[in-house]
Amino acid sequence: MKRVQFEHSPIPYLFVAPQIIIIVIFFLWPAAQAVYQSFLLEDAFGLSSQFVWFRNYSDTIFSSAWLQAFGFTIIFSTLVTFLSLGIALLLAVKANEVIQGASTYKTLLMWAYAIAPPVAGLMGNLMFNPLIGDLYGFMNAVGFDFDHKLDPYDAGFVVILISVWKQVSVNFIFFLSGLQGIPKSVNEAAMMDCNSSTRRFWTITFPLLAPTTFFLMVINITYAFFETFGIIDTTTQGAPGGATTTLVFKVFQDGFRGADIGGSSAQSVVLMLLVLVLTVIQFRFIEKKVHY
Amino acid sequence: MKLFTLVTAGIMTVAAPVAAQTDIQFWHAMGGRLGEVVEEIATKYNASQDTYNLVPTYKGGYEDTMTAGIAAFRAKQQPNIIQIFDAGAATIINAKGATIPIEDLMAEHSGGFNGEDYIEGVRYFYADSDGKMIGMPFNSSTPLLYYNKDILSKAGIDAPPATWEEFEAMAPKIKEAGYQALAQSHSPWIFSENFHSRHNLQLATGNNGYDSTDVKILYNNDEMKMHWSKVKEWLDNDWYGFYGRGWGDNQDAFVQQKVAMWLGSSGSFGGLSKSAEFEFGASYLPYWKSIIEEPKGTFIGGAALFAMAGKPDEENKGVADFMAFLTSPEMQYFWHKETGYVPITNAAYDLAKSDGYYESTPDAEVGILQLSQPGGEWTKGYRLGFYVQIREAMYKQYDNIFSGASTVDAAFDAMEEESNALLERFDASMN
Repeated sequence: MKRVQFEHSPIPYLFVAPQIIIIVIFFLWPAAQAVYQSFLLEDAFGLSSQFVWFRNYSDTIFSSAWLQAFGFTIIFSTLVTFLSLGIALLLAVKANEVIQGASTYKTLLMWAYAIAPPVAGLMGNLMFNPLIGDLYGFMNAVGFDFDHKLDPYDAGFVVILISVWKQVSVNFIFFLSGLQGIPKSVNEAAMMDCNSSTRRFWTITFPLLAPTTFFLMVINITYAFFETFGIIDTTTQGAPGGATTTLVFKVFQDGFRGADIGGSSAQSVVLMLLVLVLTVIQFRFIEKKVHY
Repeated sequence: MKLFTLVTAGIMTVAAPVAAQTDIQFWHAMGGRLGEVVEEIATKYNASQDTYNLVPTYKGGYEDTMTAGIAAFRAKQQPNIIQIFDAGAATIINAKGATIPIEDLMAEHSGGFNGEDYIEGVRYFYADSDGKMIGMPFNSSTPLLYYNKDILSKAGIDAPPATWEEFEAMAPKIKEAGYQALAQSHSPWIFSENFHSRHNLQLATGNNGYDSTDVKILYNNDEMKMHWSKVKEWLDNDWYGFYGRGWGDNQDAFVQQKVAMWLGSSGSFGGLSKSAEFEFGASYLPYWKSIIEEPKGTFIGGAALFAMAGKPDEENKGVADFMAFLTSPEMQYFWHKETGYVPITNAAYDLAKSDGYYESTPDAEVGILQLSQPGGEWTKGYRLGFYVQIREAMYKQYDNIFSGASTVDAAFDAMEEESNALLERFDASMN
């Protein structure tokens, strides 16, 4: 059987070309470089180079420092994603119900969106400064023996708090527009059947919001994995005892501070695979539950 | 095409007077006031001659500057001169062919090099195992004890402690007066590296790492463990304040008069003079009398200037010329006075003395006096690969000691294991 051949015009390819070129130059090429470097052991200046197979991988992945960073990254990303989605959803639902001064309220909630993670980190660092920080003083005044310089849990609390605070506003905007996209009639119809607003939310609103939630979840996990780097770099720098070192921060420490290019390349390849697996899981299993 | 030629011709004519000069690119890590002083030095140098034009560029912190230099070298865009800090010395010096030894460069191009000109404690840190100077010590500092005179007199203490035993005797009095006794800004540098120099202890095999890259770290020793058990005790007694890992966090505690004494750098002197609203003094880094009767000198911290390889001869000549200018007594004295870093030549030190600088500001001399204290077998420095990561491992374990997450013994075992794995990796990367 002969397949019918259509004449293809080259014009569509021309239109996608800029995008493809950008992806190749800024993603595929550097990623290939990282994979290549991850098999080499070199001095920092690249004057001597040897192919070492998986030594860079085994050296880093079996080190206690990397395993510690891996553990923290999982906990940190889960908490940051869950909390920033949860809080934003709550705020969005409440803001959606506000009638008086709604736009002021919304604007105030969106503000933090404009702040870059390192700036958020710097501000948080000042607030938790043991000498002049108000939040540091407050935490101790209300009876916590708060010491994020030495207590791993307190330090974790600080980076999670700042990361969530920074991300809530982004999620809020998306949730709010998602909520406003749900037709009023659906809700009104539901009101006839059910008096409990909580129940209406979970059975009607939340499923209808699922595409937004799913999209935000993907974005937030990426945020927690990568973008929080700026917050960690400006607050704890991975301390105390490496307890707040995320995988990305470790890549930075080893590669950009410590000039171990092979080792940090291997780490970033592992990180890339990890995120790839996570994304596949998200799209294969979770997206199935989402109805568009 | 015509337009292009015209434009190029135009540029050439405009640039012609400048093109007679050779640009010397200089990447440094001196921010803030220090950066201003570097700019002033460049201006002075450019005014002093018209063959070369020194172009200083601030590249961020020490690590950022090193990374920028590495990336540039790999792309064959390296500057002529790069400032590399103490912990990065092994990375650049062991990379054979990345730099031209300063000693060779100066011997060839600027009328000879005499090792005797340099101050003992400064001389060998950036030298190879034969003593040949590879990098030119630039901003050289050494750890010192700063003390708040008001607080000490309130506590009824006349003089700062010379030994840690004396410190332990006076700390309760300071606590009674309502202050913490001590804070410190760089545990790897002050409480580890210089701890070994001060007590004349070996810190790594292979001649502290100068002779080879196939070495092991020796931090896991009884003296270090004793010291850190003590520091933990001080922390628990509230004699010692830990304000975070950042250098400034702990210096701020001293400036804000929370702590009576602070271990910082001789290079902190200029900054403290501006920010501290009380009378302070500087003194030698204390030592344990139980370990050593007569303490040895400390070695320098800070950074050195390296001449990067792969540049035309013409520019290398300029680098040598600038080095000769930079090490002239007048420039060293200027740098010393403006920043608090120690002068690196004997002639500059003599000039500062004869100028009466130390009569008006005796504290400015403490650093150089400490560096000039008798050297021992283990006081010339250390050279260890991936030392930035090793310092990270040290910070990590010191946190664990402080928080009680691990015992002193366990912390030093873990530090030794992690450091040796890094050293082994570095050694493999050099072959």
